[in-house]
Amino acid sequence: MSDLDIFRAETRAWLEANCPPEVRGPAKSEDDAIWGGRKAVFATPGHKLWLDRMGARGWTAPEWPAEYGGGGLSREEAKVLASELRRINAQPALLSFGVWMLGPALLAFGTEEQKRKHLPEIVRGEVRWCQGYSEPGAGSDLAGLQTKAEDRGDHWIVNGQKIWTSYADKADWIFCLVRTDPEAPKHLGISFVLFDMATPGVTTRPITLISGKSPFCETFFDDVRVEKENLVGTLNRGWDVAKYLLAHERTMIGAMGEVGAGRPLSAVARDSIGADDQGRLDAPVLRARIAEMEADAIAFRASLERVGDQVKAGQAHPAVASMLKYYGSELNKRRHELLMAAGGVDALEWEGARSHHGQAARDWLRTKANSIEGGTSEIQLNILAKHILRLPGA
Amino acid sequence: MPLILTDEQSMLKEAAEGFLSENAPITHLRQLRDDRDADGVSRNLWRAFGEMGLAGVIIPEAYGGSGLGAVEAGIVAEAIGRNLTPSPFLSTGLLAVRALIDGGSEAQQTDWLPRFAAGEAIAAVAIAEGPKHRPDRIATRAERAGNGWKLNGSKALVVDGHIADVLIVAARTDDGVGLFLVDPGVAGLLVERTIMVDAHNAARVDLKDVSVDADALLGAADGSVLDRVLRLGEGAVAAEMSGAAQAAFDRTLTYLRDRTQFGKAIGEFQALQHRAAHLYSEIEITQAVILKALQALDAGSDDAALLLAVAKARAGKSGELAVQEAVQMHGGVGMTDEFHVGLYMKRMRVAQELFGDAGYHTERVARAGGY
Repeated sequence: MSDLDIFRAETRAWLEANCPPEVRGPAKSEDDAIWGGRKAVFATPGHKLWLDRMGARGWTAPEWPAEYGGGGLSREEAKVLASELRRINAQPALLSFGVWMLGPALLAFGTEEQKRKHLPEIVRGEVRWCQGYSEPGAGSDLAGLQTKAEDRGDHWIVNGQKIWTSYADKADWIFCLVRTDPEAPKHLGISFVLFDMATPGVTTRPITLISGKSPFCETFFDDVRVEKENLVGTLNRGWDVAKYLLAHERTMIGAMGEVGAGRPLSAVARDSIGADDQGRLDAPVLRARIAEMEADAIAFRASLERVGDQVKAGQAHPAVASMLKYYGSELNKRRHELLMAAGGVDALEWEGARSHHGQAARDWLRTKANSIEGGTSEIQLNILAKHILRLPGA
Repeated sequence: MPLILTDEQSMLKEAAEGFLSENAPITHLRQLRDDRDADGVSRNLWRAFGEMGLAGVIIPEAYGGSGLGAVEAGIVAEAIGRNLTPSPFLSTGLLAVRALIDGGSEAQQTDWLPRFAAGEAIAAVAIAEGPKHRPDRIATRAERAGNGWKLNGSKALVVDGHIADVLIVAARTDDGVGLFLVDPGVAGLLVERTIMVDAHNAARVDLKDVSVDADALLGAADGSVLDRVLRLGEGAVAAEMSGAAQAAFDRTLTYLRDRTQFGKAIGEFQALQHRAAHLYSEIEITQAVILKALQALDAGSDDAALLLAVAKARAGKSGELAVQEAVQMHGGVGMTDEFHVGLYMKRMRVAQELFGDAGYHTERVARAGGY
């Protein structure tokens, strides 16, 4: 047996013994999602146990160094872990902006103290993070942000407003872009800082979306004190950190439809519509569209895997995350359009005894944000045209 | 296995691209076409394939080949696609070799494989019949006759059939489809060269009471050898299409940078930038699944057939988009015979039909999913 085979056997045995039955099988609703944090809410005790056990092993962040609480796995071992988790239909032990976004940025730009303080808390799901990027006047043109941080010697005083802050009302800490030099060209006066959402002067207001849910907030800062030790990277060069983190965010959003996807679209359609006498979905045009979608999804998953391997081998272009973001989010929107078409009338019921709380329709509407959040599809295409295709004037 | 090329595979890629861009760039295809070459391919070039070790990339070392796999076959096919090189690599170096390795006797392998590896002999595999790729509907019959077989039927799109030293014909028996080794000079066999729209060559082959010996049947007549030939063909043609799509796209990007209108490069217009960036994404994703499918084929994975169906479907769709955008973005000159992009469009159309178009393979995805 190769080392990898041994690792697979050990992983399988550990998961069999440690993955609680409550977290096996598709999530029943978004309440099953494990986000952790000081205000964590768990669907069942099994969900809490799952986070605690996976966090203690570092397998909520399998490829992070073990010295910061991560799993310390190689890329190939992490693939084995992912496939073993899929094999038992395990729900994710932790959904975390800390794991997906801040962690990689801290590993690249953080001080030793910052890594030792924040990374283990992220891995164990003890602190939930949110991202303070967009502002009312700075959406696609993010570098135009105006939230300002005034230097007061050993600390800054932050004033301003963020918007579309995902789960700001549930988060414990924020990683935030602030303007530290109002005189400099816009990209060169921004810094990347961290602070506790419980700091006096921070308020949040959820925004109701077309899905009827409020995953995003407006976030207000009134004379918020931020210690100087919470600067990540170099003063006024926060844009470099921001861009690095955005690449991870974009990959995450692009992959969103492919990880934790519920039942296959074709199975949903078959249950809803039925089959003809040859076992084919009894709606030929929809069947063809579903097959095209599933073929594209298989190809896209291969692309996610390939880019991951290229990153590991140092062969990836940094802007390739924009390709994953663009394609993955458009793919997920297509998937949910087809889920609505497959569900027909059943998918329209928003409230009512058999409506499942309108989950299908709410999920469909939620996906419309995929091609807006983290930079719109049009911004991703701009980035690809400029940085990868090197087209003039882009 | 990581979804990137190994060092050895990268070296093969460099060698194949270097060799083809030097010895058989697009001008080579043009010359064969414009000279109305009697063969439509260069036998000298095929021998050079042999000297370079490319003709025998999947032929076992014992027969003078390199003994490599589907990933390496795809690397060579992709380089061929980039350069639109006409050669017997697909027909002989891959399809016929696969059939002989999987179904041929020791004597048949010894007879043919070393000559294929050296680029000294050419084979053609006759599978297609009707206008569309439907291997499940092969109507050419093989009836038992005495100690051997009698073949009757008609074949189309027999790549390199007009110059083949040996034919391998798919025909239906009472047990299923078998592959039969046929001497092109045998009585009752009629081979008619067809120059295709892309200036590559194929043949129509009619078989009327063609007699072959019992040992002409390669392996079992249960469709299993044919299936293995089809899988390799799907993967190799997908890789060739990916190379052609990438080359057409690269030429288009150059044109977008160089061509000026309204006082600036047309590549500055966002309407074109976004289409180019979308096309880039489609090409990248297709390349990923092609490599994954070829790796799965080499590993003998259960999902290889599904991945190959996705690979060929995606190669068809993104390839078609690449050549259509190439002609449109080149504008008027894209319509001229002088510019190369039209040749890519023509090749893509033929490759789309080889081993099944995007629609055929999307249907396979649905069936594999049980819906």
